[in-house]
Amino acid sequence: MAAILEQAEVATEVRPAVAGRNPWLLAGRQLWHNRIAMAALVLFLLIVVVCLAAPLYANHVAHVDAFANNLNGTTVVNGKQVPLLEQGGGVLRLGETPIGPTWDVHHYFLGADSLGRDVAARLLYGGRSSLIVGIGSAVICCVIATVLALIAGFFGSATDSLLSRSMDVIWAFPVYLLAICLGTVLLTHSNGFSVGPVHIDATSLWPPTLIIALIYVPYVYRPVRGQVLTVVNREFVQAAISQGASNVRLLFSDILPNVVSVVIVLLPLMIATTILTEAALSFLGVGVQPPNASWGTIINDGLTLLYTRPWVTLAPGIMIVLTVLALNVLGDGIRDALDPRAKLRVKG
Amino acid sequence: MSRALKAPLKGPKLYTWSTAAAVAALVAAAGCGSSSSSSPAAGQTAGAQKGGTYTILAHAAFGVADPAQNYTLQEWQLLIDTHDGLVQFNRVGGIAGTKIVPDLATSIPQPTNGGKTYVFHIRRGIKFSNGQTLKPSDFVTTFERQFTVPGPTTFYSGIVGADKCSTKHCDLTQGVVADDSAYTLTINLTASDPEFLDKLALPFAYAVPAGTTKKLTGNNVPPGTGPYMWQSYNPNSQAVLVRNSHFHVWSSAAQPAGYPDKIVEKFGQTISDAVTAVQNGQADEVFDGDVIPSDRLNELNSAKYAKQVHVNPLTSTYYFALNTRRPPFNNLQARQAINYAADRSAYVKIGGGPSLAVPTCQILPPNFPGYKPYCPYTAGTDHTKWTGPDLAKAKQLVKQSGTAGMKVVVNSQNDETSKAFAQQMVSDLNKIGYKASTQLLNSSIQYPFIQNSDNSSKWNAAWSDWYQDYPAASDFLNVLTGCGSIHPHSDASPNIAAFCDQKIQAQMTQASNLGVTNAASANNIWAQVDHAVTDQAPWVAYFNPKQIDFLSARVHGYQWNPQWYILIDQQWLK
Repeated sequence: MAAILEQAEVATEVRPAVAGRNPWLLAGRQLWHNRIAMAALVLFLLIVVVCLAAPLYANHVAHVDAFANNLNGTTVVNGKQVPLLEQGGGVLRLGETPIGPTWDVHHYFLGADSLGRDVAARLLYGGRSSLIVGIGSAVICCVIATVLALIAGFFGSATDSLLSRSMDVIWAFPVYLLAICLGTVLLTHSNGFSVGPVHIDATSLWPPTLIIALIYVPYVYRPVRGQVLTVVNREFVQAAISQGASNVRLLFSDILPNVVSVVIVLLPLMIATTILTEAALSFLGVGVQPPNASWGTIINDGLTLLYTRPWVTLAPGIMIVLTVLALNVLGDGIRDALDPRAKLRVKG
Repeated sequence: MSRALKAPLKGPKLYTWSTAAAVAALVAAAGCGSSSSSSPAAGQTAGAQKGGTYTILAHAAFGVADPAQNYTLQEWQLLIDTHDGLVQFNRVGGIAGTKIVPDLATSIPQPTNGGKTYVFHIRRGIKFSNGQTLKPSDFVTTFERQFTVPGPTTFYSGIVGADKCSTKHCDLTQGVVADDSAYTLTINLTASDPEFLDKLALPFAYAVPAGTTKKLTGNNVPPGTGPYMWQSYNPNSQAVLVRNSHFHVWSSAAQPAGYPDKIVEKFGQTISDAVTAVQNGQADEVFDGDVIPSDRLNELNSAKYAKQVHVNPLTSTYYFALNTRRPPFNNLQARQAINYAADRSAYVKIGGGPSLAVPTCQILPPNFPGYKPYCPYTAGTDHTKWTGPDLAKAKQLVKQSGTAGMKVVVNSQNDETSKAFAQQMVSDLNKIGYKASTQLLNSSIQYPFIQNSDNSSKWNAAWSDWYQDYPAASDFLNVLTGCGSIHPHSDASPNIAAFCDQKIQAQMTQASNLGVTNAASANNIWAQVDHAVTDQAPWVAYFNPKQIDFLSARVHGYQWNPQWYILIDQQWLK
C-alpha cells in the first residue's frame, strides 16, 4: 500500500495541470459551428418571433379581428372597395367565394377564409397557438417522463415494473385514437374541469397541450429510463451511495445531470412531433377550438376552398413544414453536439 | 323524423294541401328556382329509351339495408324502385308528387269507426321478385317486423296490439287483419291518426313476403314487388339494382316502369371526386344527399353545366335550439334577443348564398301545410320576412333580461359547414354582450348528445336541422317543440330546446284532432301554433335550404319529387 501511495504522489508531481473543460461549453461550441443547425435555429426563432407578433400585425397593420366572422365585410383591392365574399356567377349564382390573396399587407394579404376572416392574421395567431401547444406539451411531456424515468430507474424492482407497465399501457393505444378520445371527453365538459385548485377552461389551449403531453410520455420515458439504468450502475454513483448520499442528492445531483443530455436531444424532436400532432388533432376538430386558430384548424378551414383559394390551406401547411424541418435539423445538430460518439458511429 | 339530407324526407298527404293559395305558392316556387325541374316538360318523354346503367356516386353507404330499419333518404330513393306499399306518393315531379295514390291497394279507403279502421282491397296477380305471389297476409309480417327488428320510429305504434310487441315477439293479428281469400287487409288503430296514410307510404310499410325472418336481415334486402330488385349491397363498395322480371305495371302513378336496366350506387369517393366524375361522364349523379363543396360550385355556375344542374327548395329548417332548461335561455327576453341579433344573411352565405338558402325566423318551412310567413325578429316593420338584424333591440332585451356577460356554449358538429354556423352564432352572441364559445362534436355524437337531458348542463345553444318526414305541420311543430317530445335521459328526445308551453300544446292537440276531418281548418290552427312558438323563441331558426342536383350530360327526364327528390328510375340515358 505504501508503494502505491508513493507512486501516486510521484505521478501527481510530474503530471502538468490540465484545465477542466465544461462539456456543455464544448457542446455549445460544436453546435455553434454546425452551420446547418444554426440556420435551422434562426429559422425557428424567426417563425416564433413572427407568430408572437400576431396581435401587432392584426391590430396595427391589417386592422382586422382575426376571430370574428366578417361575412358581410369589405376590403380594398386596387383602390376599390370589394366584398370579402362574392356570390357565384352565371345563371345559377351558386356559392359564395372569399377573396383571394391581395399581396397587400394592409388588406387581406393572403385573402379571406369562408367566414370572411383575414387568413394572414389567422396564420400568425394560429402559429402562436401551434407553437404554444407544441412547445408546452413537449416540455411538460419531457419533465413528466424524466421524473418518472428517474424514479423507475433508480428505485427499480416493483416501482420500475409498475411505472414501466403503465407506460406500456399508454403506448399500446394508437396515439391519435387516444388523443381523439381524450379530446372528445374534455370537449363535452363545457364548464371546464378542475385538478385540485387548478381550473382548466375546456376551450383554452390547455386541454390539447395536456393531452398531447400525456400521450407522448412513454416515448421519452423509455430512452431516459434506459440511460438512468446505465448511470445508476456507474462507479461515481456507487461511490456516492457508499458514502451515504441521500436519494434526492443521488437523483438530482448525480444521475439527472448525466441523463439530461438525452432529454435535451429529444426535446426539439418532440416539439416537432407535438406540433404535427396538434395540427392533426385540430384538423380533426379535437384540438384547438374555434374561434381560436391553429395551423391545423386553418388547414381544415381551407379544405372546401382547395380548388378556388388554395392559399388558405397552403400557407399553414408551409408553416408547419418549415417549423418541423427546422426543429428536426436543430435536433440532429444538438444530438451531434451532445453525443459526438453518435456522430462517429453514423460516420464510421 | 329526419334531420339531415341522409335522413329521409317523408311525404305529405296531398289532400291536406287543400288551399289553392298553397298550391299556387308551390307552383310559383318551383318556377322561380333558377334551374329547378319539377317535372319533365310536355313532350320531353318522347325520346325516352330504356337501357343502360345509371351510376350514382355517394360519399358513404346508408348503413343496414333492411327496409324495416333503414331510415335514410339514400336507401329510400332505391327502395321506392324495388318495393311497394299499400299506398304511395305519386311518382312524378313537382307538387303532384305529394299526392297519395293507391299502390298495392286498389283504392284509398275512407277510414271508418271514427277514423280508427282502414279496409284495403289488395291487388291480385302481383308477384315479388322471388316469384312468390303477393297476399294480404304479407302485410302482417311487414308490420310485425317494424317491432321485432325494430324500426327507428313510432309511426306504427298506434296499431291495435302494437303496445304489446317487443323485439322478441309481436302479434298484430287484431290490428292488421288479413283475409287472403277476399284479398282484403283491415288495419285497426287505437286512435284516429290524420297522418296514417302518409306513414303507410313510407318504405317501413312496404310489403315483404310473409316468410321473411322477423329478425334484422342486415344487408340483405327482402324481395319486393317493384320494377327492380336488389342484386347486391356491400356498404364498403356498392349497391346494385337490376330489373325484376316478375314486375308488370299496375299503376303508372304509384309504380311506373323504370328506364335504366341497372342502377348502381357506389360508395367511398370524396364528394369533390364525385363531381369530377360526373363532369367527365364517368358517373351519372352526385348523390343528392351529399353536399357539394363550395369551391366546386363555381364550376357548376358555368353555362357548360346549365342543363346538368338543378336547384329545388327543400321543406327543411336549419336552426339553433336554445336550451330552455338553464340560463341564460330559460329567459324569454334572452331568447328573443339572440333572435333579433342573429345575422341571417351571414348564415345564408355559409349555406351557399341566396341561391341555396332563404332566411327564416319561424319553425315551418315555406310551401308547407300551415305555413304563413312570419318574422318578428327583423329590422324594419315588415314582419313577414327577414330584412336584417336589429342589434339595438337585441341589446336592450339582453339588458332587461339581466343575462348580459353570461357564458354561452354553442354546440355543433365539427364538419366545415356546421362549424361555421356555430362560429357565426358565437359572433352574434358576443355582439350583444354574451361570452360565447364553441363546443364542436363529431356528427355521430352530437345529435344524441344534445337530445339527452343528462347533458343539458353542458350547452346553451345547439345546432340542428330538420327535414320533413311527410308534409304535415305536426311533423315539425309537435315533434320538435311539443311537450310530448321531451324524453328525459333519452338520446331520442327531439325537442332539443326542451320547450314546453301548455297553452300552445293544447292548440297542437286541437289541430291534430281537427286534422282527421278538416285539414284546412287544422292547418289554420297549425299556423297560429307556428307563430306562437316563434314568439316564444325556443329556436333561432335561420334559413330554409335548397337542393342542388348534379347529373351527367347523358341523363334525361330529370324529375324532382318533394318527397323522394330525384326520381332515379324515371330518368333515361342517351
